[in-house]
Amino acid sequence: MSTQPLQALAGKFADAYAARAADPARALAAERFRAEGLPTPRVEAWHYTPLAALADVALAAPARDPAVLAARIPDLGVPRLVFGNGRYRADLSTPPADLAVRTGAPAWGVLPEGLQHHLVALNTMFAEDGAEIVVPPGTDAGVLMLVHLATGGASHPRHAVRLGANARLTLVEIALGEGAAFHNPVITFAVGEGATVVHTVLQEESAEAIHLATVFAEVAKGATYDSFLLTLGGRLARREMHTRLAGPGAAAHLNAAQLLGGTQHADFTTDVVHASANATSRQTVKNVLAGHARGVFQGRILVERDAQKTDGYQMNQGLLLSPTAELDVKPGLEIYADDVKCSHGTAIGEIDPEQLFYLRSRGIPEGEARAMLVRAFIGEALDGIAFAPVRAAMEERIGIWWEAQQAS
Amino acid sequence: MLEIKGLTAGVEGKQILNGIDLVVPSGEVHAIMGPNGSGKSTLSYVLSGRDGYEVTGGSASFDGHDLLEMPPEARAAAGLFLAFQYPVELPGVNNANFLRAALNAQRRARGEEELDSVAFLKLARAATKKLSMANDLLRRNVNVGFSGGEKKRNEVLQMAILRPKLAILDETDSGLDIDALRIVSEGVNAQRGPDFSALVITHYQRLLDYIVPDKVHVLARGRIVRTGGPELARELEETGYASVLAEVA
Repeated sequence: MSTQPLQALAGKFADAYAARAADPARALAAERFRAEGLPTPRVEAWHYTPLAALADVALAAPARDPAVLAARIPDLGVPRLVFGNGRYRADLSTPPADLAVRTGAPAWGVLPEGLQHHLVALNTMFAEDGAEIVVPPGTDAGVLMLVHLATGGASHPRHAVRLGANARLTLVEIALGEGAAFHNPVITFAVGEGATVVHTVLQEESAEAIHLATVFAEVAKGATYDSFLLTLGGRLARREMHTRLAGPGAAAHLNAAQLLGGTQHADFTTDVVHASANATSRQTVKNVLAGHARGVFQGRILVERDAQKTDGYQMNQGLLLSPTAELDVKPGLEIYADDVKCSHGTAIGEIDPEQLFYLRSRGIPEGEARAMLVRAFIGEALDGIAFAPVRAAMEERIGIWWEAQQAS
Repeated sequence: MLEIKGLTAGVEGKQILNGIDLVVPSGEVHAIMGPNGSGKSTLSYVLSGRDGYEVTGGSASFDGHDLLEMPPEARAAAGLFLAFQYPVELPGVNNANFLRAALNAQRRARGEEELDSVAFLKLARAATKKLSMANDLLRRNVNVGFSGGEKKRNEVLQMAILRPKLAILDETDSGLDIDALRIVSEGVNAQRGPDFSALVITHYQRLLDYIVPDKVHVLARGRIVRTGGPELARELEETGYASVLAEVA
């Protein structure tokens, strides 16, 4: 594949950057980006996810006000921070009364090491806005929505979430849009000792959109980062999750379900570093692929030398609904400690004809029987979602997705 | 009434049923006995519409419907029920939701009103109790982690809730201990009446002590080679299938 269009795009980004005000973080990022550009399939981490489609992205500001999309935000009855094309929209937001939330100039979080990731460097060059959410020690901040609405152009929001010791927050992240938008968010979590973050993501960008998200989580002693991603949208999507279990007894759950049809491509890439002893990581990743869709799962678990009694598990399951769908899986374990429990498993299959016949023999029509089996397949991943309204919203979206697949 | 005439069928080009003629009138229970490989399970799958079985000749009708032209779900809605020899596990599908989806799909197909969850649960709990089944069986995933006996009871529970007009029991006795056999048989006997008929497929006479058939048919090499009353089952138990097979050889 020619990488020329990508180089041209990288050049356009570099030119656009030259017009910006100087900032040490941005300057570092720009230096990095000028040297590395955008990743080509020759970069190992991007082998299965070519970014060629990114070359079609128009950098020009979109015509439509993202407020037109606000009606599509699911009503979960909780406070929300809404961003439109990368900018905070106070008029669409209902910030929590009792929680410190700052918007405006981005809080960089993971610099400079984060800049080794091409898209984090790009985000750092252009991020103009973001939410900084700080939960004080011992506080249960309840549920907060973080919404991004896109109507076009390129958006690089930069969010940071910090929890004090024994604090708690459920963050429901929702991305939706219309048209050929490029959305490149970076979110960093710092989870203090004994604190818990539940991070639930509903990605339903437009069918022409490109969504490339990078998430960093640093999890302290006895703390938990519990995440679930539902990917439904985007022409091209990838979410990279970099999780570091930094203190003893830390836990991370990185669960995902990707439901794709048509020619969609979605990639879920995880990197879990067990840097401390007695930490636990769990990953359940489900791909349901119809049409010519392509799903990717790359998951690395790195166990450092001092991370004894690590308990790491990764399960990847794929359900192929058509012979032209494709799932690429690259699990990886790197273990430098000698007393650990670490494993991964992969199972890829089609709808089981025995199960289908069993349901039909009981009077359930074929389409409904297939739907039941697909729901059952994803169910295990959804079961972990404790906040019922978001789970209901996801179930509804899954139902709509299924009907769209039946119709196509 | 089930009417099968000259039915020939096979799988992967190999003919297994070589011309079955069989009539099961409404209200009657017929047993089909036969040695392994005689075509018992093939007959149950062909009647219930499983993919992969090719009907090459003959006919099968049920209450005037041409069964062989109908998809499996339509056969079920018309009143046919197959109790599987090996009930299928459905991880992630809750037993109560499964049963309700099945019952309501059939009711929809027949133009009847669907049951709401309260009415359904009342019905399901009563049926569960009658079959001496634990209540949590409704909450568990369909057949997942069930013992052999629990799976067979779950088949009979489905039958009790769906109330078919014709039940085909495919070796429902296999893997059952004597207590489970009694409970399962009582479940089937409770359905008996003028509008219910059953085809009880079994290898052994034991089940027929509990579900006493009106007629017994012996299936061998894809054909019904003998028909008699319940006494035929006892005769086979004493003499084995060899004598019958020798007669037709």
